[in-house]
Amino acid sequence: MKSIKFNPDLCVNCETIDCLMKCQYVTFSDIAEAREEKLKINDGKDSRVLHECLTCYSCQEYCPYDNNPFFLLVERQEEKGVLPAPKPIVEEQLRMMAPKGRITKQAVSGPVVDMCAFPMLTGCVRGKLFEGASTIVGTDIFCNIMWLHFAKNSTIRERVPQMIDNIMSFYLKDSDTNELVCFHDECYGTYTSVADAYGIEVPFKPIHQFDYYNQRLDILKDHIKPINAKIVYQRPCSNRLCPQTDQVLDEIFEKIGAERVPRKYDRENALCCGGVPRAHQRDELADELVEKNINDMLSVGATYCVFNCPFCMATLGQEVAEQGLMPILVSDLVQIALGE
Amino acid sequence: MTTDLINRLAKIVGPGFVSGEAEERYLYSMDPGTMPAAAPDAVVMPANTEEVQQVILLANELKVPIVPMGAGLVLSGLTRALRGGIIVDMKRMNHIIEVNPQSRYAVVEGGASQGMLKSYLKKHHPQLKHSMPDAPPIATMAGNVCIHGSGHLSVLGGSHSDMLTGMEVVLPSGEIIRTGSCSVSGEWFARSPLPDLSGLFVGWAGTTGIVTRLGIKLFPSYKHNDVLIFVAEDADLMPEIISRLTSTQVAEDMTPWMSPKPAWAKGFLHINIAYGAHTKKELIFKRNLLQASVREYIDQKIAGFLPLPPPQKGRFLEIPSPDLARFADLRKGGGFEYVGALMAIEHFPQAYRAGLAIAEKFNVSYSLGSRIIGAGHCMMFFFAYAFNRADAEDVKRASDALEATNEAALKIGGIPWKAEEPAQKQIIDKMDPNTFALMDRIRSVLDPNQIMNPGNWEK
Ligand SMILES: Cc1cc2nc3c(=O)[nH]c(=O)nc-3n(C[C@H](O)[C@H](O)[C@H](O)COP(=O)(O)OP(=O)(O)OC[C@H]3O[C@@H](n4cnc5c(N)ncnc54)[C@H](O)[C@@H]3O)c2cc1C
Ligand code: SF4
Ligand code: SF4
Repeated sequence: MKSIKFNPDLCVNCETIDCLMKCQYVTFSDIAEAREEKLKINDGKDSRVLHECLTCYSCQEYCPYDNNPFFLLVERQEEKGVLPAPKPIVEEQLRMMAPKGRITKQAVSGPVVDMCAFPMLTGCVRGKLFEGASTIVGTDIFCNIMWLHFAKNSTIRERVPQMIDNIMSFYLKDSDTNELVCFHDECYGTYTSVADAYGIEVPFKPIHQFDYYNQRLDILKDHIKPINAKIVYQRPCSNRLCPQTDQVLDEIFEKIGAERVPRKYDRENALCCGGVPRAHQRDELADELVEKNINDMLSVGATYCVFNCPFCMATLGQEVAEQGLMPILVSDLVQIALGE
Repeated sequence: MTTDLINRLAKIVGPGFVSGEAEERYLYSMDPGTMPAAAPDAVVMPANTEEVQQVILLANELKVPIVPMGAGLVLSGLTRALRGGIIVDMKRMNHIIEVNPQSRYAVVEGGASQGMLKSYLKKHHPQLKHSMPDAPPIATMAGNVCIHGSGHLSVLGGSHSDMLTGMEVVLPSGEIIRTGSCSVSGEWFARSPLPDLSGLFVGWAGTTGIVTRLGIKLFPSYKHNDVLIFVAEDADLMPEIISRLTSTQVAEDMTPWMSPKPAWAKGFLHINIAYGAHTKKELIFKRNLLQASVREYIDQKIAGFLPLPPPQKGRFLEIPSPDLARFADLRKGGGFEYVGALMAIEHFPQAYRAGLAIAEKFNVSYSLGSRIIGAGHCMMFFFAYAFNRADAEDVKRASDALEATNEAALKIGGIPWKAEEPAQKQIIDKMDPNTFALMDRIRSVLDPNQIMNPGNWEK
């Protein structure tokens, strides 16, 4: 088993301990305490952080040295048997999302859009934005990043190479492309950040959905009818693994005339949608996060609440709609601007 | 004799509402369960209490059996004409007579269906609802109360016979009587404080009279509704978990389920917990109470609530639940029957293990589960088996499994619910002989000619 890419010396010499000091869910009296807890984690000792962590991924982004603090934390949780969620809950989900072996060869041609395990999303791939696209979907190509929320690095190590192999041998190998457009931010995070840190080889080139839309908008610029609306954005946990794509999103919004209204819980300060804490049986915290997010969104006066992640939309969408904001995925917003 | 019977019945109900034709006799000879067919000589559909009375008087005169029937969905063959005679199909008597929103009860005719009352309340009294069973909506209120059914408000209000407030019944001898408050005041608010004569008609498998009207309790219908699914791995914990969850007095309905399909669920024990509230705040408060009651197990990480984003909750909030009907079609061919046994909560682990062992032994498609009745006062534990009606071997396998299940349930201390004819005999064998003797004496007083659904509750 390859260990997580991580350099303990960087932490020993770290001046800010940003990974923990910026954490929105675990608090520390001062930097000395944060350092002490971080070094405990690095040394494989028990730390309260392992128990209190919300698994929000953010420390991955906070660390200025890309030292993979979150991946390491999950590794330690699993080693120490610290379960963020009850065992039957994890076990059932492991089975639900297990590869079913139902995959069959399918001729695809670029752009090939990876819909992860969610067939209900394939309807999003339509119109000019996705002209000529093929979609692939199913639990046999599930990105499996969700196990970071459940102290299951072992499942990631076991299943991700299998998924990559499926994507190649059933789809990409005989196709005209080596690129895979990841409709789901999480897939992109898996095939870039996770794969790199866990030493998993990726033989294809993952393309983030935002990069794809951004390029398409350049090609389709004559079709754009600016939507001229204010929007608020709900940034998902997995986007912490590819923070550079947040700027691409800004470019997309600009091109389609959507004003991303600044709000407290956006960008680096984004707040969890509340979905994962419910799985961790922390519903009261989840309620608080939902309330904070919604109040924050409402305070800035927008028409749309734009989601990158379908799971965040499933978690918050109804509440958002009840409060008078229209929940929408980035791809659908772009399609509105393209007159579809 | 049959022609005479048909002609005389036609005089009572009109020629369009009686039949002795082979097609009707065939259709009415069976239900979707495993019991062998038993055809009636005639089927009649009365329009009102007086017509029911005249049909019964005629049956007495001709000494012909009478079998009351609602939708015929009981699954255990209780509406088959075991000794021939007349099936009295009540579906024409389907009026909702009264809804009292203040005292929260409804009075309906003996053939009014669950679906009718549900849609009537939705339209005219959206603040009220009744406890729906998961049976297809055509199932009748009377048929369900008569078998001590249970449904979506059974944690709140007990079994559906507990929700009964009174009845109008045509006795086997033809008299029309009333039970409960309506026998004194004309209002249908309660069975107390009178001698409880309603008990003469529930649980008797249609052997003591035909219910032509009944009053049932209604409950507040909430604007906000939610469902939680609790998951555990250890059957031995279930009685305590159920006890803790019901102790909050928050749930409307609690239905544990254990099924090998979908594959992810196999081996896990789930409890769907439905509850509602007038405001979101109240709903969250109730959720917190439920969660706090089982926090100890969550903290030990041995059980917990399945995370379900709001869009995924919809199917678990559907009433009636489509799950059993879906299971019924598992083997194709539409055969489906279950043993439901009423038993004390502490027998959950035994019942669960017995169900697994029987399913394995007889190699049948199974689904196990239960519905909690009252605040954990008892449960209806069900062992459901799907089979292909067109495959005689498959039917036999299911039927053998059902018999073994009835036996196991009785051994555990449970009592088969809405027991089919052979299971009634199994129950009688275990019953206090004095109790059975009293049942017989009551029947001989009520039904001197033994015309009411004969073949049931007999040794
Ligand atoms: C998919 C499925 C799910 C089910 N789920 C549930 C459930 O959740 N809860 C539940 O309780 N049941 C359930 N059932 C069992 C059954 O369908 C219901 O109990 C149903 O309500 C019975 O009503 P019915 O009108 O079909 O009664 P019938 O089958 O017509 O009659 C039942 C019994 O009552 C007698 N009877 C009927 N009407 C009268 C009357 N007017 N006067 C005197 N006696 C009468 C009959 O002779 C018979 O003995 C389910 C069945 C199916 C197929
Ligand atoms: S993980 Fe990064 S931020 Fe945290 S202590 Fe190490 S180097 Fe510093
Ligand atoms: S994953 Fe989130 S909650 Fe956990 S330590 Fe990192 S920043 Fe804090």
